Order: sequence, then C-alpha cells, then structure tokens
Amino acid sequence: MLPYFVDNYGNPSSIHRVGQKVRKKIEDSRDIISNLLKINPNELIFTSCGTESNNIAIKGVARAYKNRGKHIITSVIEHPSVLNTCKALEKEGFEVSYIPIDDKGIVNLEKLKEAIREDTILISIMHGNNEIGTVQPIKEIGAIAKENKIFFHVDAVQTIGKMELNIKENNISLLSFSGHKFYGPKGIGGLYVKNGIKLEKVLTGGHQERNRRPGTENVASIVGMTKALELSYENMEEESKREKELRNYFEEEIVKKIPELILNGDREKRLPGTSSVTIKFVEGESILLNLDFKGIAVSSGSACTSGSLEPSHVVLALGVPMEHAHGTIRFSLGRYNTKEEVDYVLEVLPPIVEKIRSMSPFWNN
Amino acid sequence: MYSEKVIDHFSNPRNVGKIENPDGYGKVGNAACGDVMEIFLKIEEDKIKDVKFRTFGCAAAIATSSMSTEMILNKPVEEALKLTNKAVAEALDGLPAKKMHCSVLAEEGIQSAIEDYMSKKDKS
Repeated sequence: MLPYFVDNYGNPSSIHRVGQKVRKKIEDSRDIISNLLKINPNELIFTSCGTESNNIAIKGVARAYKNRGKHIITSVIEHPSVLNTCKALEKEGFEVSYIPIDDKGIVNLEKLKEAIREDTILISIMHGNNEIGTVQPIKEIGAIAKENKIFFHVDAVQTIGKMELNIKENNISLLSFSGHKFYGPKGIGGLYVKNGIKLEKVLTGGHQERNRRPGTENVASIVGMTKALELSYENMEEESKREKELRNYFEEEIVKKIPELILNGDREKRLPGTSSVTIKFVEGESILLNLDFKGIAVSSGSACTSGSLEPSHVVLALGVPMEHAHGTIRFSLGRYNTKEEVDYVLEVLPPIVEKIRSMSPFWNN
Repeated sequence: MYSEKVIDHFSNPRNVGKIENPDGYGKVGNAACGDVMEIFLKIEEDKIKDVKFRTFGCAAAIATSSMSTEMILNKPVEEALKLTNKAVAEALDGLPAKKMHCSVLAEEGIQSAIEDYMSKKDKS
C-alpha cells in the first residue's frame, strides 16, 4: 500500500504517465478480485465500505427500476445500512416487506415466497449475519428470485474472504463486501453488479467506475484490500476450520462454566468465528467493560451501548425476551486468535458474570 | 467515554447489597428497558444510617447507584430527597449525554425508597 501513498501518487483519472501507472494498478486489482470472486472485472465497483455498497445497490436498483415496480423484500435481521436504506426508500414511495427469521436465525423462505408480488423488483438478504453469524440460504433465495425475475442483492460483508460463495451459480445480481472484514484496510469496499443491471447514481459527479460510482478511487486501500483478499483465499478453508474448532470449544466450555446462558443462532449454518451468547440477568455493557479491563475486546448488542432503549433487533427477532436480550455479547474469533486466548476468556468471564449478577436484583442465588 | 470516577464506581461499587427489614425500600426501572435499581434504607431519627443497592444495568447505571448511595449516607431524609440526577452526574465528573437517563434511575430510586419510609411512618 505504501508506494500508493508516496511514490505513485498520481490521480488514476489523469492521462499523464504517473496517473496512468496508478490506473493500471487499480485495474490489476480489479482483475485479481474478480478472478477470486469468479466474476467479470467490469462487474466490480470499488466503494468506500459495505454501507456505501449496500446504499448503491439498493437505492440504485430501486430508483432505476421504479417504473417496473415499487416493492422490495428484505429481512428483519439485516445490517442497519440495509434496513435504514429500505426505510429511506419507503419515504420515496417504495413498499418494503421485512421477512422474519426462525428461532435459529434463518430467514423463513415460505414467508419470503409469500411476500413476492407482481411489482417486487428487489430482494436483499445478507449472507452472514453480523451479530449472530447465521448464514442464510442464498442458493434457495437466488433460485426464488430468478424464477420470479426479481433482482437479488446479497450483503456479503461478513462472509467474503471467509466462506466460499459462488455469485454466478447462486443467481446473485448485486453483492456487497468490505475490506476490513478480511483484514484489509478500513474504509474500502466493493460492489458486484451483474452486467446489464441499471443503477441510478447515489452520488453524482464524474465518470469513475464506469459512471456508476463517481469520486476519486481510494488507490492505496484498493491495493491493500486486494492483497488481503488474496491472502484470505490462500488459506480460507484451513483458517475457517481452525476458527470453527476454536469457537466450538469456547461454546462447549462456556455453557458449563456459566449457568443461565443461551447460545444464539443455528449451530451449523453460521460464520466460523462468531459466537453470540445471551447471559441472563446481566447487562451487556457491564460485561463488555469488565472484559475490556482484562484486555478482551467484545461487542455488545445492549441497548445502553447504542444509546437507545431497545436491545439488538437481531436478538429480539430470534425470540429472546427483551429482559434477557440486554445481556447479549458477541465474541469474534479471527485469524490471530489462539486457544490460549480462548482459555483466558473462559477463565476471566465466569467471575465477571458472577460479580455483575451479585449486584442484580434479578439474581437471588 | 466514561470519566475515571464512573469507572471507579462501576468497578468497585460502594454499598452493594440488601438490608433485611429495611425502613425504606424502592424499586424503579424496567428490565425490558435494561435498567432496574433496588434501594434499601435503614433510617434512625429521620437520618439515613445505612443504604444498600442492587442494580441491573450498564456501567453508568451501576456507577450512579453507587455514587448516589454515598451522597445520601448519614444525611437527613429531607436532604436526601433533594438529591438530583444532575448532582449525581456532576459528582461522577459527568456522564455521556446518552447515559444521562441512567442517572435519573438513581434519583428516582432514592425518592421511591424515602417515600416508602414516609408512608410507613405516617401509618404508624
């Protein structure tokens, strides 16, 4: 990445040699990523992040095809960048159906089929969920979309670089991904747009990215993201297996050590390194901070952390009661985590939970 | 995000626990909203001789519970009744704006426990 901050500083849109040298590097990067994702290079747009990719995909398709129909289907557990984009489109006159999930965190396909109308133009369903890690039946949804001639957008931010997903074979029309989810730089992302699909521009400006996403390309980050994706693909299967084993070990042990703890989401259909646990009678932020004091960084879907009174919409959609949903913690295991670190969490977490519970009016043991 | 005082009171909360047969008891908040505070008072001659709390909630909720109990201990009930959430937050060197609602819990908890004490006193 460094040479593209310093030596190769040219603007890729300029026709001078320093600019064109940088242009070449961007196009090489596009080729490499397209090759890994098994798509055509002209089907890949570089964006600034997963959120931007989701916005361009959903708003772009909805507005470009509004004469064909004004109905969109998504699920209740999507990332806010999808849910809030859909809500924004509702204000423009679009109608959105939010499909529920089952108690394992998988989108209900029957409800999805029932929601299809003559004016449905787009289905947007994520591949892996960012909070509970469940992996959705993309193949089946792709087939449903194809049969009904509906565009299919997949938010694959959590899975690209971690799990194989054949874009073409699964009838995916648009697919979002983000660099930092596979150890690339933060603030860079990509969007696959199947050839032939029209997109109305979300940003207006110049001609970059084949006139679909104007703005100067983030060259150094594109280079970094490309290298990161190459490295991820080199040992994806092996790494995935390792993370899954670590995660499963963590879950097997934690249920033994902490009473009144729920493991969220399907046991099998999920991301290898994600573990979402709901610890009853505690509030997530208290656990998060205590773990942070011990050098362990986790994420909490608790209300107080986000500033609203509602706990995670994903955990609630699973059917976890509101009073327990506040005690949800997400552990993410990645490439650099070791068994020793998992053992350390298993050692420090139970006394933390005990301490927090001893302060709780709901814990009388 | 939190001041050192908030972290201190959250990590080492003062006056945690229960008082058997309290002179005043209050429970405020709602588990569904993520915050519940329970407060127990031991009162002699209208003075708070002991106070204990149990709180389910975030760091701000626990820290404000802890700080507010310290602020009313050994104070006359009339004075304790005047304790505001703003004063508790100030004593903690401030709270993030989105956490101010947690300090309201402490104010309401103490008021509720004192009201319980006063209503019992009126009856006797």
